[in-house]
Amino acid sequence: MKRREFLQKSAIVVAGAAAVVSGVAAVSNADESNAAQWTAGLKTLNAHEGETLLKVARQIFPHDRLDDSDYIVVVQDLDTEAGTTPDTAKVLHDGLANLDAGNAKFVTLSDDQQLAVLQKNESTPFFQKVHGTELVSLYSSRAVWKKLGYQGPSYPIGGYLHHGFNDLNWLPNPPEWASPKPA
Amino acid sequence: MSRFDPSDDSVVVIIGSGAGGGTLANELCQKGFKVVLLEAGKRQSSATFHNDEWFAFNQLAWLDKRTTSGNWQIARDFPNLPAWTCKTVGGTTVHWAGASLRFQPHEFKAKTTYSTVTGANLLDWPLTLEELEPYYAKAEFKMGVTRTNDIPGLPGNNNFKVMYNGATRVGYKTVHTGRMAINSRPRDDRSSCWQLGFCFQGCKSGAKWSTLYTEIPKGEATGKLDVRPESQALQIQHNAHGKATGVLYADKDGKHILQKARIVCVACNSIESARLLLNSSSSTFPHGLANSSGQVGKNYMRHTTGSVYGTFKQPVFMNRGTVMAGIVADESELNLKRGFAGGFEFETISLGLPFAAAFLKPGAWGRDYTRLIDQYPNMAGMWIVGEDMPQETNAVTLNPTVKDQFGLPVPNVHYDDHPNDLAMRNYAYKRGADIYNAVGAVQTVAVPPYPSTHNLGTCRMSEKSRDGVCNKWGQTHDIKNLFISDGSQFTTSAGENPTLTIVTLAIRQADHIAHESTKRNL
Repeated sequence: MKRREFLQKSAIVVAGAAAVVSGVAAVSNADESNAAQWTAGLKTLNAHEGETLLKVARQIFPHDRLDDSDYIVVVQDLDTEAGTTPDTAKVLHDGLANLDAGNAKFVTLSDDQQLAVLQKNESTPFFQKVHGTELVSLYSSRAVWKKLGYQGPSYPIGGYLHHGFNDLNWLPNPPEWASPKPA
Repeated sequence: MSRFDPSDDSVVVIIGSGAGGGTLANELCQKGFKVVLLEAGKRQSSATFHNDEWFAFNQLAWLDKRTTSGNWQIARDFPNLPAWTCKTVGGTTVHWAGASLRFQPHEFKAKTTYSTVTGANLLDWPLTLEELEPYYAKAEFKMGVTRTNDIPGLPGNNNFKVMYNGATRVGYKTVHTGRMAINSRPRDDRSSCWQLGFCFQGCKSGAKWSTLYTEIPKGEATGKLDVRPESQALQIQHNAHGKATGVLYADKDGKHILQKARIVCVACNSIESARLLLNSSSSTFPHGLANSSGQVGKNYMRHTTGSVYGTFKQPVFMNRGTVMAGIVADESELNLKRGFAGGFEFETISLGLPFAAAFLKPGAWGRDYTRLIDQYPNMAGMWIVGEDMPQETNAVTLNPTVKDQFGLPVPNVHYDDHPNDLAMRNYAYKRGADIYNAVGAVQTVAVPPYPSTHNLGTCRMSEKSRDGVCNKWGQTHDIKNLFISDGSQFTTSAGENPTLTIVTLAIRQADHIAHESTKRNL
């Protein structure tokens, strides 16, 4: 699947991503310090591939406020898809092997070196696959929403009408002709 | 709820249940017509909508395969998603943001007004604002447009506060919370706006007008409307006299059904309307139905759009509240001194975090990009919507090699930006950044157009049959009982959001159909 077909792909992925998110959160909370434990849950990728993919995911959308547990969701989603889609499995296996094809394993490289390797691979099907999946699954995670300051659904609180839709106070309020009072 | 037999040739068949088709269906039912309303998508409700961008996208958007070509950035960023429209009962009125502006007098005379634009296939509309005004009034009343009919404006949200202060500081005068088909007070058995912030995902409060829960149930209450969801139109059929006789469609199980009809109205949004006419070619009409002019699918317009986002030192939370209740209208006026023809508006816009990540810089990654995303709570957004130039080569055509799930050619959407479109967009990007810089923006970002929600012009109205597909009533020049009932009728795009005008034309078309039926002219 080509990189920017991610919007179409998301039609398939998102339902799965939502299901995976809750499961992964439970795993990572229990074992945040022990990386070996989460890779044991992978079905198609091996532990080294999982570790490598986690580094790749962090490099693609690096946020200091996010933890490994947030990016493990992305690896889980890709692993799940690889389990049902042989093309995805091949793209991932081949792409991850290719990242290790230099003098040192990708996971042992410095941040700058990892970035340089990914920049060289930016147009590969592997990079495009990871980027497209990560874009949907990382930013659909409720844990990520919370850490990056997005409030998500407002229907459960009855919308923002009584929850700060117009609480900005560092600029003057517009006059009433431009912005009438609420009903 | 009524059921009409497929062999009943006394019904009007309307294809598409959005702003055009849904409105027309109700209007005709109120006049006593029997109507079969075919809709490709499923029927949802406010209860089944979700405040979740990807979920809603997958629930509501038209995701059938399409292809793209041309120099527009969409062809690179979203090659299989040229448009962000809906496949659901209510069509794109489920997704729309509610901005309801009348066209201006000069916009009906684009050829006369902008005659010097080279490469543009401009044409004057075969009607005037004066002719439409009574129908605009009916549409505004029906939809409950704020700042009309003594309906107060919506209260401005945080995103609007930023826009208002910035815009007035750079000298703009006409800045307010817009004319919105979103209830600011309870009206028409629907609540007032809850400021949910998920207008694009289907309004869970029902405050935003959508044919899904206004026109369609009102039509059903007459006992004259047969709504058929999950019914994909495949072909419009005709007889030896060249009159439309019915519509072949696939039901949810893929079974082909021929629904006979006395009148057929096409309202599938501009890409699918053109595709359906082209896919309905026959030995009598080898180039597609209603295409003696060769203009079916041509002159595809999508408005000159783009967005400007600004980040600030302090929080904005643009996600809170009505998405598009904020407008700067000063740039919409006729002013040929800016280096381009046509006008545009700035309107507030907001995206949730999932779509902000997907759309702010399509394809981007790495630290530079995530630094921007990290500013999400401190971000304000505005959308540019302006008139784009019709070009004959911007066209919806049948892809010769790619087929859909029914074995029919998928549409290819070709669009090259006209130099006038680029000049307008670049000017608007700069002025939009000026607005945010006037209130202390840390950074401003010019965001490329999203997949098109305003799809226009592929079956355009024309006075002469050689210049377009339909007349001033939306009636096709070639086939008397075949009507175009959506935005594909638009002769030119004008600078305003199109839904109000689509609804206006549908109300007017219903009057015409009733009048001509009485005179036995159809």
